[in-house]
Amino acid sequence: MHEMVVTENILNIATRHALHAGAKRVTDIHITIGQLSSIVDDSVQFYWDMISENTICQGATLHFSRIPATMVCLECGNEYKLNEDGLRPCPSCSSFHLKPKTGEEFFLDSIEIVK
Amino acid sequence: MRVQVVEKILNANDQVAGLNRVKLDEKRIFSINLMASPGSGKTSLILQTIQGLNARMQIGVIEGDTAPVTIDADKILAAGMPAVQVNTGGECHLDAVMIDHALNALPLGNLDLVIVENVGNLICPAAFNLGTHANVLIASVPEGDDKPYKYPNIYRGLDVLIINKIDLLPYVSFDMEYFQQGVELLNPGLVTFPISCKTGEGIEKWIDWLQLRVNQQKAG
Repeated sequence: MHEMVVTENILNIATRHALHAGAKRVTDIHITIGQLSSIVDDSVQFYWDMISENTICQGATLHFSRIPATMVCLECGNEYKLNEDGLRPCPSCSSFHLKPKTGEEFFLDSIEIVK
Repeated sequence: MRVQVVEKILNANDQVAGLNRVKLDEKRIFSINLMASPGSGKTSLILQTIQGLNARMQIGVIEGDTAPVTIDADKILAAGMPAVQVNTGGECHLDAVMIDHALNALPLGNLDLVIVENVGNLICPAAFNLGTHANVLIASVPEGDDKPYKYPNIYRGLDVLIINKIDLLPYVSFDMEYFQQGVELLNPGLVTFPISCKTGEGIEKWIDWLQLRVNQQKAG
C-alpha cells in the first residue's frame, strides 16, 4: 500500500505537536489502527527508521493499537464482531444491511516526549 | 511526559481535499473520482461519456498514471475535451495535492463536470479523499465476481458502481448474484449501472444520472 506516505504523515504530525509542547525529543508514538484500515505495521516501522533519522523523533518507538471491527445490523440493531473470515450477513436476522461501527479508525493518539 | 494528539494520520490530505471541494463548488462544477483496477475500462467509459453527452456539457478530465505517459490524456484531447495528465511518480494513488495542481491547469470557468481517472488500483485510492463529489468504481466482468469480498474498503466508500463488459457475461464465469450480495453487504442500496462500453448497452442510464447531478450542482 502507501505506507511511505503514511509514515511521513506520522512524522509530520508528531514533530508539530512535539515542537509545540517544547520537547527536546520524542520517545514514543501511539497510533490507533482499525481492523478495516489496510496498513501494514512492519512496513511503517521499516520506513520510520529511515525517515525519522536526524529529526526530533529519531529513535522513538512506534506503538500500534489495533481496534477490532464491529458491525451494526441496520435491520435488527444487532452488534457483532467481524471475524477474519470476512463478510457475512447479520448472524441474528441474516440481513445484508450492515454498517461498520468500529474498525475504520486511523489516527495518531498521543506522543511521549522529554523536555 | 505524554502529549495527547488525536489527529487523523491523513488529515493533511483531507484538508487539501476540502479546499478542492470549495474550489469546485464555487464554479458550480460537479466532479467524480473514477476508480477501478487496470484494464477495467476507465478511459473507455470517459470516452463513451463524452460521446453520449454529445457536447451538452464541457468536461475536464484529470488522468492519473504511475508512469510518465500521456496515452490516456491524448485520447481525451482527441475527443475534444481538455485533459491534464498527472504522473504520480510511481505512487499507487492520486492525492488531494495532485488534484489541486491539476485543477489549476484546467479551464474551470468553462467546465460543467470534472472527471478524475484515478490510478488503476483497488486498494490505495480508497484511502485518499480528493475533494470530488462522488466516488465511482468500475468493476468489469472478466475481473471475477469475488472482488467485493477481496477489496471491501473501496466498495464501502462508493456512491456509484458501474459493472462494465457485460457483453462478456456469456463467455466468462461471473456469478452476478454472488457479486451483488457482496456489494450489498458493504454498501446497501448502492446505485449500480451494468454497462458495456463495447456495445453501448446501459450507457444511457449512467449518462442520465450524471446529467441530473450536474444540473443539481448548477442549481446549487
